[in-house]
Amino acid sequence: MVKVTFDGIEVEVEEGTTILQAARKIGGKVVPPAMCYYGPLKGSGGKCRVCLVKVAQGSAKDPRPMPKLVASCITQVQDGMVVENTTNEDVLNARKGIVEMLLINHPLDCPVCDQAGECNLQDLSYEHGVSAQRFEEERRTFNKVDLGPYIQLHMTRCILCYRCVYTADQITEKRVHGVLGRGDAAEIGTYIENVIDNDFSGNVIDVCPVGALTDKTWRFKNRVWFTKPMDAHRDCPTCSGKVTLWTRGEEVLRVTARKDQYNEVEEFICNTCRFDKKEVSDWTIEGPRHIERGSVISANHYELPVVNVPIVPNLPTSTKKNLPQE
Amino acid sequence: MGLKILTEHINVPGIETLEVYRKHGGYRSVEKALKTMSPEEVVEEVKTSGLRGRGGAGFPTGMKWSFLAKPEGVPRYLVCNADESEPGTFKDRWFMQYNPHALIEGMITSSYALGANTSYIYIRGELMFVLRILEKAIAEAYAAGLLGKNILGSGYDLDLHVAPGGGAYICGEETALLESLEGKRGNPRNKPPFPAVKGLFASPTVVNNVETISSVPWIVNNGGAEYAKIGVGRSTGTKLISASGNINNPGVYEIELGVPVEEFIYSDQYLGGIWKGRELKAVVPGGSSVPILPKNLILKTAAGEDRLMTYESLSDGGFATGSMLGSGAFIVFDEEQCIVRNTWNYARFYHHESCGQCSPCREGTGWMEKVLHRIEYGHGHQQDIDLLVSVAKQIEGNTICPLGDAAAWPVAAAIRHFREEFEWHIKHPKEATAPGAVYRGKLDAVTA
Repeated sequence: MVKVTFDGIEVEVEEGTTILQAARKIGGKVVPPAMCYYGPLKGSGGKCRVCLVKVAQGSAKDPRPMPKLVASCITQVQDGMVVENTTNEDVLNARKGIVEMLLINHPLDCPVCDQAGECNLQDLSYEHGVSAQRFEEERRTFNKVDLGPYIQLHMTRCILCYRCVYTADQITEKRVHGVLGRGDAAEIGTYIENVIDNDFSGNVIDVCPVGALTDKTWRFKNRVWFTKPMDAHRDCPTCSGKVTLWTRGEEVLRVTARKDQYNEVEEFICNTCRFDKKEVSDWTIEGPRHIERGSVISANHYELPVVNVPIVPNLPTSTKKNLPQE
Repeated sequence: MGLKILTEHINVPGIETLEVYRKHGGYRSVEKALKTMSPEEVVEEVKTSGLRGRGGAGFPTGMKWSFLAKPEGVPRYLVCNADESEPGTFKDRWFMQYNPHALIEGMITSSYALGANTSYIYIRGELMFVLRILEKAIAEAYAAGLLGKNILGSGYDLDLHVAPGGGAYICGEETALLESLEGKRGNPRNKPPFPAVKGLFASPTVVNNVETISSVPWIVNNGGAEYAKIGVGRSTGTKLISASGNINNPGVYEIELGVPVEEFIYSDQYLGGIWKGRELKAVVPGGSSVPILPKNLILKTAAGEDRLMTYESLSDGGFATGSMLGSGAFIVFDEEQCIVRNTWNYARFYHHESCGQCSPCREGTGWMEKVLHRIEYGHGHQQDIDLLVSVAKQIEGNTICPLGDAAAWPVAAAIRHFREEFEWHIKHPKEATAPGAVYRGKLDAVTA
């Protein structure tokens, strides 16, 4: 076990843990955001750079600070490491800059996007972005692509987190899509028009942090905040059958895997459960699902801004915001 | 003209053949190292020599070699980075084309020092003709028993392969190079783990530049202490400089580190002064990614001392008033050149070459290019200059690999030293976009 100090809070974690996982052990508002890192997927992370933190002290043995901000999702902790996230102005500024970069080519079509309400990028820009726009040029656009009968790829919204590529690599037998091109012309694609066709392909929709990969059986049916999440299960021969149903009245509008507060799925589910079982009678309903994720589907999430959490001691004044007094 | 280590025999006819190369003392270092020295002794000599990485970063080679992890039962690799693609750099291509055996000799000696039994030369895809020259030379070396099993009866085995890339700038970054060499998409890896621990095929790997590896034979033959005597301070040895731009004698020069920049530009034995007798405006001393310096700062440091062609002197004053030796691509601009257009051209290159893996570089390089394009073509706004500075700052240091820094530095430096020229472009779009127009105002460089 090693001791790490994260934003002034000491936590003991096992050796080999990443800084992000250590922060998640503390939980709450000190956890850095993550757009590309996805716990269940090996090798993910390090790409979006929103989880950058400052390592103010490398370890007890070598107390020098790390010269650059490091990606917390892939950097392992050392004994005696001191990490600053919400208490460091450089980190918050760098994150602001990166959110701006992620948004310059994003269409911001939230009003017509199915992901709106549970979108990681929405939450991220709400918490760390700036409201003004400095980018004047035309945004990069792509045509919509149908990846088989169930999935639609809307590349314009993609932030190239590579999660869907890792998912296809690690939980399906054959991957037919990947990243083509480079720079800001890079895109997710199948190169020659191809259909993603296997039992677990639907999981790429769950891992997508934005609305780039959407469920065609759910597109434009409803808004997520009007639907009620229910935990349910069924006896499925291919997967665990443990899912979340998104219902409105008697209707099952959508089936997804059960996700934790960081949007990471507990267990991947198969396409039959996800796309074909849309009747209440197909499922044994366990009860309402409590959504802890920061989005409009969890009520009153934005009452406190990130930086005013009382458990963070000695906040620099620059990070404090004046709250409206009740 | 100083001592020649790499280019002494490069003009000898037929030096690309093994026979002529050996007649001029070639492969002596292989015999000496394999028969009389232990691998540790070779590493020690390189450490003593103070040889520094010639690819751009200038990291001490001996130190890099001693960091190589040596776990039991795991192969080690030496990879030569011949993916020379920095705009302005052409020394390695020229050197490999005319003297391929010098690189192969360096590869054998260095591989022996590192205990690698398989080594690779990763060459840029555009250089197919050089690849053929190298393959021919390697075949000769195999036939002469200098490669393969039991080299020169010493019991040491080495296989040397040449692998061409697809011609991507990013594959010159060492971890992207290793990915590409493994047959994957050339995306840089997250560090740590560093290649010295987990590199090619998850084994310990050293990646060195062509020029670095080619300097090793001389060090083995003459001793590291002898090499350390050349040059100034911690910048030891000789360096190949690819000189281009508005000069009378462009080309590759081998210089002893420590030549004054003024002498290098104006002396007839080097660049021979500025083309058509014009005035010097600015110099990019180490390849397109390093900061540009205006005339007053390239000839003298901010403290008023003579600027020398060394790692330390060129970076004197940090990025505020200094630059870097980088890969030694010395690009000279005369008074007729437009800094805005040039900066836009560099930004366009980095936009095109960004791999698109991490967000600041993927989005930021394109953004900078678009803004610079706007300024160059007369549609800029006054706040664009600060916007560029801010975007460059958002990229710098926040990316996976140094390409983000390489894209941000030239833009930030051009604005730092030539802000007035940018302002003139924005204020007078008509004059600035006229054919052949160039800013004639005083170039008031920041000197503090």
